Amino acid sequence: MSTDMPSRTVGRSYLRALLLLPFIALLWVPFYNDELPALFGFPFFYWYQFMWVPLTALIIWIVYKDGLRKGVE
Amino acid sequence: MNSSSINWTALGVFIFFFALVTVMGFWASRWQSGGSANKGAHLDEWGLGGRNFGTWITWFLVGGDFYTAYTVIAVPALVYAVGAYGFFALPYTILVYPIVFLIMPKLWHAAHKAGHVTAADVVFGRYKSRKLELAIALTGVVATMPYIALQLIGMEVVIKALGVTGELPLLAAFVILALYTYSAGLRAPALIAFVKDLMIYIVVLVAVVLVPMKLGGYGIVFNSAREAFAAKGGMTGLTLKPAQFLPFATLALGSAMAAFMYPHTLTGIFAAKSADTIRKNAVFLPAYTVLLGLIALLGYMAYAAGVKVEVNNDIVPALFNAMFPSWFSGFAFAAIAIGALVPAAVMSIGAANLFTRNFWKPYVNPNVSAEGEAKVAKMVSLVVKFGALVFILFLPTKFALDLQLLGGVWILQTFPALVFGLFIGWFGANALLTGWAVGIIGGSWLAYADGIKPVHTFHIGADSYSMYTGLIALAINIVVAVVVQVVFGKGGAKAPALKH
Repeated sequence: MSTDMPSRTVGRSYLRALLLLPFIALLWVPFYNDELPALFGFPFFYWYQFMWVPLTALIIWIVYKDGLRKGVE
Repeated sequence: MNSSSINWTALGVFIFFFALVTVMGFWASRWQSGGSANKGAHLDEWGLGGRNFGTWITWFLVGGDFYTAYTVIAVPALVYAVGAYGFFALPYTILVYPIVFLIMPKLWHAAHKAGHVTAADVVFGRYKSRKLELAIALTGVVATMPYIALQLIGMEVVIKALGVTGELPLLAAFVILALYTYSAGLRAPALIAFVKDLMIYIVVLVAVVLVPMKLGGYGIVFNSAREAFAAKGGMTGLTLKPAQFLPFATLALGSAMAAFMYPHTLTGIFAAKSADTIRKNAVFLPAYTVLLGLIALLGYMAYAAGVKVEVNNDIVPALFNAMFPSWFSGFAFAAIAIGALVPAAVMSIGAANLFTRNFWKPYVNPNVSAEGEAKVAKMVSLVVKFGALVFILFLPTKFALDLQLLGGVWILQTFPALVFGLFIGWFGANALLTGWAVGIIGGSWLAYADGIKPVHTFHIGADSYSMYTGLIALAINIVVAVVVQVVFGKGGAKAPALKH
């Protein structure tokens, strides 16, 4: 797919594993199926999910920047 | 809600914004057309906006096209009806972005290199199987039709909330949409998406700040919803019941995997200027997910505001009519109606591209020129929209909703054929085609046997496990594909490794 060297691909795959975090955090429902602690009137169930929006964007951004450094096309 | 008389102020504001985007839609054919020599006469121009959309345009286009008007109406309606369970839309629209980031740049490269316009083009390019190509194209078109119909339902709901009756306004809106899509192609929804998205952002930000302020804060909003669900018998609430865990998680994951298999979302991908554009969008598109989560909360605000409706889908317009001055309601309803136009246009373009490239070209006129392709696609986009309109005017609404649900199950079955080949060369066309067929038939049969419900329940001993039917069908699909490949796959049936 990409033009980089195999050794670089190994490094990239390593950071890409970070992309699994949102799946674990959001698909394992018992982690967050609670009303407490509430934040600004939002039960935990809601603010936890909202929190994962910027967190996921941040994780993708980290992997993206890493890819740029390694010259992914 | 006072739906018997026309709300003139709201209607005036509504018509002003609708007229504005109509002018923009027709003007769009000249926008971003660059210096391309064959402009307007090539399917890449009409169907993919010249394949030159940068990060910003793609952000507005995909945002406007993925978070549809129907979403704005239906997600709060679901949250109003079932509470926390309706919030699966949030993990769904979060998890979709790591998936987009990993898969779509590769798909873009494969399409860009060979000039592919549709998903079925990519599949044919990879496996050289006309049968598999047709399977992917057919699934795309069939899954998209009810999706367009849903956008019309969204538009119908806000027109009704303005106090206007009859089917003429809907008809007029759709004729206008059909004409500018015909003349400007993908550039029309891309340009209109700027207006639509900005309007929706304004509406939602104002609503999620002002409505709780008027009602006494988010604590009170959540409390009213909790009490209302308890009064209804406590089957649902502000958090999930243990039996809802698995349906919630599988609906979120299955929907996230299906989201970018649809022709309208893929059209946004193929129209992007570069793979980097797509990666950047995977970082920045989640901004719309925050918006969607806030929109979902409108369902709870309705309890605090004491708004009651007969049809759940009326909950957002009813809330706006109850909480805001007429002019702002008109602005909000215009935002929702224009929010229906953008996806409806892109969906009809995506379906038209599929028909032209993967049916007309291989089976009707193999020698069709690039100019001829554009002509066919333009005509087909009209037919597709007309079909969706007939659907809404003459068939019960429930029919469109049921088909949309099945469409989600079906489109998910194209995932292995479209995605696996980008990463591994092991599967052959026959294995993927067999998996697809078994997935489609099995998924439809399960959904049908359950009374067209998205979730199927397995009983294992005394325990029962409920899961999203689309994901069950996908699992069967993949298992069948692996088995067929292992048993019959020897002897050159494998696809050649994809090289760049």
